[in-house]
Amino acid sequence: MNFDFSDDLKMLRDEARRFLADKCPTTAVRAVLESDAAYDKALWAALGEMGWIGAALPEEAGGAGLGHLGLCVLAEELGRAMAPVPFSSSVYLATEAIRLGGSEAQCKAWLPRLAAGQVIGTLAVAEGPGRASLRRITASVRNGQLSGEKLPVPDGVVADVAIVAAQTERGPGLFIVDLATPGVVREAVETIDPSRKQARLTFAGVACEPLGAAGDGEGLLRRIEDRAAILFAFEQVGGAQVALEMARDYALERYAFGRPIGSFQAIKHKLADVYVAVELARSNAYYGAWALANDAPELATAAAAARVAASEAYFLASKENIQVHGGMGYTWAFDCHLHYRRSKMLGVTLGSARKWKDRLITQLETSNAPA
Amino acid sequence: MDFSDTPEEAAYRAKARAFLEANAQRREGSNMLYRAGDADEAFIKAAKDWQGRKADAGFAGITWPKEWGGQGGTTIQQVIYDQEEAKFGFPRGIFDIGLGMCLPTVCKWGTQEQRDRYARKALRGEEIWCQLFSEPAGGSDLAALRTRAERRGDEWVVNGQKIWTSGAHYCDFGVIVTRSDFDAPKHSGLTYFFLDMRSPGVEIRPIKQISGASHFNEVFFTDVRIPDSQRLGAVGEGWKVSLTTLMNERYTIGGRAGVDVDEVLELARTVELEEGPALRNDAVRERLADWYVMSRGLKYSHFRTMTALSRGETPGPESSIGKLVVASKLQAMSSFAIDLLEQGGAINDPKYAPMVGLFQQVLMTSPSSRIAGGSDEIMRNIIAERVLGLPADIRVDKGVPFNKVPTGKTGD
Repeated sequence: MNFDFSDDLKMLRDEARRFLADKCPTTAVRAVLESDAAYDKALWAALGEMGWIGAALPEEAGGAGLGHLGLCVLAEELGRAMAPVPFSSSVYLATEAIRLGGSEAQCKAWLPRLAAGQVIGTLAVAEGPGRASLRRITASVRNGQLSGEKLPVPDGVVADVAIVAAQTERGPGLFIVDLATPGVVREAVETIDPSRKQARLTFAGVACEPLGAAGDGEGLLRRIEDRAAILFAFEQVGGAQVALEMARDYALERYAFGRPIGSFQAIKHKLADVYVAVELARSNAYYGAWALANDAPELATAAAAARVAASEAYFLASKENIQVHGGMGYTWAFDCHLHYRRSKMLGVTLGSARKWKDRLITQLETSNAPA
Repeated sequence: MDFSDTPEEAAYRAKARAFLEANAQRREGSNMLYRAGDADEAFIKAAKDWQGRKADAGFAGITWPKEWGGQGGTTIQQVIYDQEEAKFGFPRGIFDIGLGMCLPTVCKWGTQEQRDRYARKALRGEEIWCQLFSEPAGGSDLAALRTRAERRGDEWVVNGQKIWTSGAHYCDFGVIVTRSDFDAPKHSGLTYFFLDMRSPGVEIRPIKQISGASHFNEVFFTDVRIPDSQRLGAVGEGWKVSLTTLMNERYTIGGRAGVDVDEVLELARTVELEEGPALRNDAVRERLADWYVMSRGLKYSHFRTMTALSRGETPGPESSIGKLVVASKLQAMSSFAIDLLEQGGAINDPKYAPMVGLFQQVLMTSPSSRIAGGSDEIMRNIIAERVLGLPADIRVDKGVPFNKVPTGKTGD
């Protein structure tokens, strides 16, 4: 039994934690949150130089060859730091989508630039509140031209390339769209977490290329989402852990009624429950990492379980962190709200826990293997 | 990351499997179909026979040092053996407290002569041990116990009452913690012994549980004489000795039988609601997903613990969440499963109830899981204090002579 990351990857984790503590303190997160800046450009450039944006890609595609386990390790650290960069959109979604569904030419055209961070990618599926399923979307591609609206698109303000879901005569499909093409209009939209900007994109007859085989849009999107769910889960677990640590530290420092508030069982039991949720999420994420790295048949089930556990654990940890801080936790000056925002934003970006629970049970219904 | 054994572990697993295949019957099906019952004479005899065979083959006391009569093996070997043994149907459980908690205390604090006398017989299942700790006035607050021990020459005279003593009615020996000094503060006046359960003055009365079964007892002590040679640790240091016993409790209480999400899933596939199989109902799906995530989260946490053990390391704090999560999940799942059966959920008759009434049984046994071996509240304190480093509760009885500590209802 070796259900742990290798010593090399643990060193990578330590290195990333030190690096991000230095380059991405919460003041850097606030700088994006409190301004119109789309992301932290200096941090993004530094991540590119470290080779971390292309961590999972093989060296011949311009990557660092650290594999998906390496990417999981980095995701957890980026989640801890709440890094205000388009990492999840560009790496977990766009890069992985092109890797999975792209032709040789498409991979060659995009992956090295994505890996270096020169190009930012994203995935555009949703079309407003509630409408994120391929069956419900109305954007369409006719004669190689995309028309319609996508809202919200994570990092859509700055993305250079988007994987866009659209209807076709042969059913829903995914398309690669160079966002510099004429006919693309971007509009920044306000969101619950302005440290990660999102946009409304409209397309008026924009040239695009199909990604993957025609008619396999649903299957491909499903595979992209399953794989990304595991990486998102690591970000969420990282964030949840920090929110728990913040609450614990505050409970030790803050006195009321002549004693640290952390000595009251109302606080102790609350934080014990958060700890349990975070550990269960972490263990599910680890299993997801194993499934992702080995492209295991259990991947879809593991992804859904990891996603559900991580979304719920992060929101729980972030809201109870505010609660433990009391009134101070509700002030702009304290960092509690950064996690509160981020947890809910990450919790819907790839679909809500409700959606993933349904997927999980569907997976258990259809798989014969005792998952 | 991989889930395979190291070559040494694989060899040990093969050895364990070969022994089990040659000596026992593999369990049929995946269901843990059980009906709670009392350990009767036939059960105890079968359990003792099996324990003897296990010991002869070198699978009892796997982690115990050789000088205790054990195998001097590793924790991971114990885990591997337990995993393999779980695939077979055995009369088991009655030695867990003795071998898991009592004898390690006797061996650690007793003489070599005592180890030679008691450990080997216990390992072979020839003598069964129980733990006499809890009292009506001392449960979660164990050190509030008030069973009195008074020294008379080379003997101690014990008077008082213990409660929740599992298996006392079939046990040969017991470990007991008593109060030898009522003027000292709570934790300082305790003294620890072991005794013959057939000593004159020991009276055992079974307690009928809400499940209808009687797994544990009240044990009354009236002028029971215990030789001073059976004292473990110094006079007044019984609390320190007790910690040896309690340290092992978590492992002993661990994997108890019950239901898991797989059984509820199986039920939801077959039960018909208003609009078809329960599994098609969104509310049902959401609850099942919640339990699946918890169940697998625990399983993979266990993998992390195993990884640490496999490397010879001490498991991380994640190993402490299991009991807390499992106990309330058992209760919630059994209640939910019964609701799924609508009016029929009331049926506990194995002739008519799905899965021979498994869920109805667990409904009635699961409250004990949330109390025994550290209540939910105590487990949360343990996580908060030992894992998160939060302060211990402020104790109003700290440093106060025991006979000055306020007492309320004592449970009797």
